[in-house]
Amino acid sequence: MHFALTDEQRLIVETTRSFVVRELYPHEAEIEATGRLRPELRDELKRRAQAAGLYAANMPVAEGGAGLDTLTWILYEKELGRANYALHWTCVARPSNILLACQGAQRERYLLPAIRGERSDCLAMSEPDVGSDLRSMKTRALPDGDDFVINGTKHFISHADEASFIVLFAASGEEPTARGPRSLITAFLIDRDTPGLSIDDGYRSVSHRGYHNSILRFDNCRIHKSQILGELHRGFDVANQWLGATRLQVAATCLGRADRALDLAIRWAAERRQFGQQIGKFQGVSFKLADMAMELKAAELLTLEAAWKADQGTVTDADMAMAKLKATEVLAFVADEAIQIHGGMGLMADLPLERIWRDARVERIWEGTSEIQRHIISRALLRPLGA
Amino acid sequence: MRRILVGIKRVIDFNVRVRVRPDGAGVVTDGVKMSANPFDSIALEEALRLRERGEADEVLAVSIGPGEAQQQLRDALAMGADRAILVKSDTALEPLAVAHVFLELAKRESPRLVILGKQAIDDDCSQTGQMLAALWNRPQATFASKLEIQGEAARVTREVDAGLEVIEVDLPAVITTDLRLNEPRYIKLPDIMKAKKKPLDVIEIVSLGVDATPVLKVVKYEAPPQRQKGIIVKDAGELVAALKQRGLA
Repeated sequence: MHFALTDEQRLIVETTRSFVVRELYPHEAEIEATGRLRPELRDELKRRAQAAGLYAANMPVAEGGAGLDTLTWILYEKELGRANYALHWTCVARPSNILLACQGAQRERYLLPAIRGERSDCLAMSEPDVGSDLRSMKTRALPDGDDFVINGTKHFISHADEASFIVLFAASGEEPTARGPRSLITAFLIDRDTPGLSIDDGYRSVSHRGYHNSILRFDNCRIHKSQILGELHRGFDVANQWLGATRLQVAATCLGRADRALDLAIRWAAERRQFGQQIGKFQGVSFKLADMAMELKAAELLTLEAAWKADQGTVTDADMAMAKLKATEVLAFVADEAIQIHGGMGLMADLPLERIWRDARVERIWEGTSEIQRHIISRALLRPLGA
Repeated sequence: MRRILVGIKRVIDFNVRVRVRPDGAGVVTDGVKMSANPFDSIALEEALRLRERGEADEVLAVSIGPGEAQQQLRDALAMGADRAILVKSDTALEPLAVAHVFLELAKRESPRLVILGKQAIDDDCSQTGQMLAALWNRPQATFASKLEIQGEAARVTREVDAGLEVIEVDLPAVITTDLRLNEPRYIKLPDIMKAKKKPLDVIEIVSLGVDATPVLKVVKYEAPPQRQKGIIVKDAGELVAALKQRGLA
């Protein structure tokens, strides 16, 4: 086995981190205080991210991206993940890989402008009554001549307030299965100004201030069949084939934040003095640091190995589930312990710890809850034995 | 070809808290992050800007040191240098030896400009540029905070104790960079991938015929004394009294 980064990977990590520290960190306090990313700030930072070649780096070179392989992309995500989510997600956007499924005129209309930063996307799957059980979704797309008519409600749609178009997953039919009839799902590309679609503010979340969720309501929203992404009834195939390692992306951004929290905790333990010595000299503090560092390293190795296997074409669903589960839970642990080491100061908004702690909570829920990941892992263990 | 030669020294990263080895024979470098000397990155940035303004056709990055310095040269290529040379030496080099290496390369490569950092942040010698200019018998403009090329001369604003000094030097010349000359760019991600294909030659220092035998003797390295806890004074009177008490006023 070989664990070293290449020169290119090391440089990508360094240049991304340097951008995050110099260009994004200085604006975090504002976003945390106002809960809002000003459009002027967004545009300015976006321009700088584009100049640094960081924007849409997940996309292939032929389409105008940096063409990072999965492992390098994950290393880059880890660095971006250090900063406030709204800042890195919006200003250094990584358009969804699913847009690579665009065909013909869709490429010019959605994929390429998204890579150039002229348009931005969001993904709409969740519904008020549909979380992990996606195939029970109620938003319907019924054919009508060459059109589809969409009705239903999506919620928790991250970034829809910023997006200029939506990748919508909707039920386009039914098929019988052993567990009764289940929906057939189709993916559609929908412009935000399509009549019959309204986008309203969603809920106020404890995590990721400035990165909003919205409620999408479709009321006889009519779109042409040319807006189908992939094939009719094959929405999950499109997602499986193109969406890519989004769970590893979540894992990586968590690793970045956990690393930042650990770094703050180490420095505090070395500087803060109580009872006549640095608090890091007390094992009650130093052993916490040892556990935090060890857990973080374990999570990082799981994530990087899964990413490496993704590049070899050998990654399994369980590999990605383990990485996502471990990294998100380690972030929660590290953030909590970092605050404990800081004492009262750790809870103050003057340090980034309280927000890292708040932001950690959603990570164990979105992109597949911890329970779903455990289900995937245990299924892989038991299924070969017929259990 | 109008060429700019830029020096890139591999040093301990400026964010690292440097520690002296217990035996006093040097500083701890094992497992320590190494980077290009920040003044050298400024030198490279300036060379790239001159090339972008059409004042140069090629930027050549040169490092003199251990094999690992190839990393810093790869960084320089990713940032935009056209090619790189590592002059390999496994023993520590003094400024005079480094200046001799640059001299030999200047003879081979005939650069229009040699741009070096005003000093390296490891030993802070600030000698190489000046020595090179003397050995090469060409003008020098050190501590540059602004650089303009006008025909076959360079107009250089220097940061000196009294303020800013503007001088003009004939080319070829040696320039050393100060902090305010520019702010180095971010390395663009796609350029990082492309840099792999750029030429990086490794040559041994002996092949240049440079005598790198040390002429200085390092007695020992010592950490500066720990800063004593300060006192807080109420007003100027108390400050003067405190200074007098310590024999400082």
